[in-house]
Amino acid sequence: MTFWNDPINFLSGWLSGILTAWGLPATLAMVLTIFIGIVLLVMFAMTLDIFLVWVERKVVARFQDRIGPNRIGPFGLVQPFADIIKLVIKEDITPDGADKVVFNLAPVMAAMAVILLWAILPISSKIYGVDLNVALLYLVAAGALGTMAIIMAGWASNNKYALLGMYRMVANVIAYEIPMVVILLIPTILADSMSVKSITEAQASTWYVFLSPLGLLIFMISAIAELGRSPFDLNEAESEIVAGFHIEYSGMKFGWFYASELLHAFTFGGFASVLFFGGWQVPFLLADGFHFGSLVVTLPGIVVVLVQALAFLLKALFGYWVIMWVKYSMPRIRIDQMLAFNWKFLTPLSLVLLSVTALLGQLQTVLLPWAFTLVMFVSNLLIIWITIEILRAYARRQRKQEERITAAAAQGAHQ
Amino acid sequence: MQSEWLYIGLFLIVGILIPVAPLVIAALISPHKPNPIKQSTYECGIETVGDSWVQFKAQYYILALVFLVFDVETVFLFPWALSLNKMGVFAVLEGILFIGILVAGLVYAWRKGMLEWA
Amino acid sequence: MPAEQIVFLLCAALILVSAVMVVTVRNLVHAALWLVAALFGVAVLYAVLSANFLAVVQIVVYIGAIAILFLFAVMLTRRDLVVRTPGMRGSWWIAAVLALLVLGGLVFLIVNQPGVNRTALAIPAGVDTLHALGNALVSSGQYLLPFEVSSILLLAALVGAVYLAVSRKS
Repeated sequence: MTFWNDPINFLSGWLSGILTAWGLPATLAMVLTIFIGIVLLVMFAMTLDIFLVWVERKVVARFQDRIGPNRIGPFGLVQPFADIIKLVIKEDITPDGADKVVFNLAPVMAAMAVILLWAILPISSKIYGVDLNVALLYLVAAGALGTMAIIMAGWASNNKYALLGMYRMVANVIAYEIPMVVILLIPTILADSMSVKSITEAQASTWYVFLSPLGLLIFMISAIAELGRSPFDLNEAESEIVAGFHIEYSGMKFGWFYASELLHAFTFGGFASVLFFGGWQVPFLLADGFHFGSLVVTLPGIVVVLVQALAFLLKALFGYWVIMWVKYSMPRIRIDQMLAFNWKFLTPLSLVLLSVTALLGQLQTVLLPWAFTLVMFVSNLLIIWITIEILRAYARRQRKQEERITAAAAQGAHQ
Repeated sequence: MQSEWLYIGLFLIVGILIPVAPLVIAALISPHKPNPIKQSTYECGIETVGDSWVQFKAQYYILALVFLVFDVETVFLFPWALSLNKMGVFAVLEGILFIGILVAGLVYAWRKGMLEWA
Repeated sequence: MPAEQIVFLLCAALILVSAVMVVTVRNLVHAALWLVAALFGVAVLYAVLSANFLAVVQIVVYIGAIAILFLFAVMLTRRDLVVRTPGMRGSWWIAAVLALLVLGGLVFLIVNQPGVNRTALAIPAGVDTLHALGNALVSSGQYLLPFEVSSILLLAALVGAVYLAVSRKS
């Protein structure tokens, strides 16, 4: 293992070697090395978060046919830093009767829940936190911690609008967790593993978006609902209940809620890319270079690792862009429509998709890879088509009923 | 085995320190001039009317119950999903039976109007 | 003292302190939040024992569903969320003696069980516990029947919830 093959492990080994040479016991050296590595990773995530604030403001501006921040720094790139400085020097107002401890703990928990997700995100084949063998359930667990943060924030604010916003947000988040977890089962079945590293490695031949496009669709919808972004953002409807569960937060505490929402959106884009778009897999790129059939272009290991990391970041940014695109193009839907959509449509649909995928997954060992891909893709399209037909029949029935009612009312008016 | 959770434990510690750091800086350098108007509860700029505790719809609790049942179901489905490679079609059918019973429960709840307004 | 033991002691302290706070704190929402801390401590214990699946399931189900249910129930019922009755009744020392007797009896029984290991068993190399768990759940000789019966149990819970909801509406 040299620097050019396996940079992270080499560096960590070198660092703990130095620390042991200074007289520290081996375990403490290892812990310190890991700690430094984690701090670097989280710093990277935070820097990305700052960059995402700029991306968000520029993209929303372009969607709304304006320019966005362009005064501070070239293209407004320094704008997020100015925002952070502003937030830090603002006065921190705690409302009357708020529960001080819980009030202060909530933004920390919200940020912590999102930062914890970066422990399992595979950025490249050699750059990742841990290879946890229950990574997909860990994703759900981090979401559960985030939900706790929302409850704490909404309750501790001593404000009825915060409370209302919190109830709606929690009802939304827990409802949309079900289709999301059911869809997480699909890559588990296809890759026979719950570890995101294994799922990424299993997509070396085909990306799962071709095996389960409906799964990707339901995952994106659930992810957008989990984040509480438009069109599911009745919980913090700016024109209605101002800011939902974080009305009473000012200064950097609000900053953490906002920043963690953006980072969470990016992380979901990252997970969508890992689960469905092959994560850091680049077509034709293997561990030692590009393989185009018989032509092999060897590259040093570190270049391969960086190319894979870049591929992952681009795919995650694409996922994030789709989430923003949906946010800035669609109107908000009502809370009862949101929940009905989940319980009456997405949950049964995702369970049906899971059953069909489990049944057809048995053919994975029997068919050739391209035949299996075709069978899965066609089955997904079939499910979509049947669902649309059912919805159309239902809508037709509804329309006939309404026509009958209006016809009866018109007849009654005539007589 | 152990080192994975050690890593995540350290991640947890870092995840708590990193949000706390700017908050501590903010507490040190931001002005602190409380007055009753600033600290009153926000209600779109008008004086607050009534209690800050509102009776929320019981429907939220019922939906949380339904969520709990389905959450436990999906947690059971994870080990099932991992066994499919080895155990063949029979395991798939057993899982589909499991899912089917719970979908029947969902349909029952739907017909009884439990999934109506949120 | 091996690191594992230090982590276990810290964890046990967290769980015990949180459990005591749950029953003594006056504010009900605070009590529910201390319960969340206790459940989190149990999840850490599972992680220390290398039971990865159980650790994350503990957080997903207990903290992500049951604790939320508790919090909703508390917020639905109590108006002021502060318990006004006195914490301890006059005869608390009888209860303390009884509790200590029960604790002593349980510890005696558990420690003297023939099959109880004082050290954690090493997982045999090459065995993937997750897949083994999955296979056990669907093998007819092992846990298939409990697996299917648990779905009936969940169905019963759902039907019970429907009954409660419908009877409260009418």
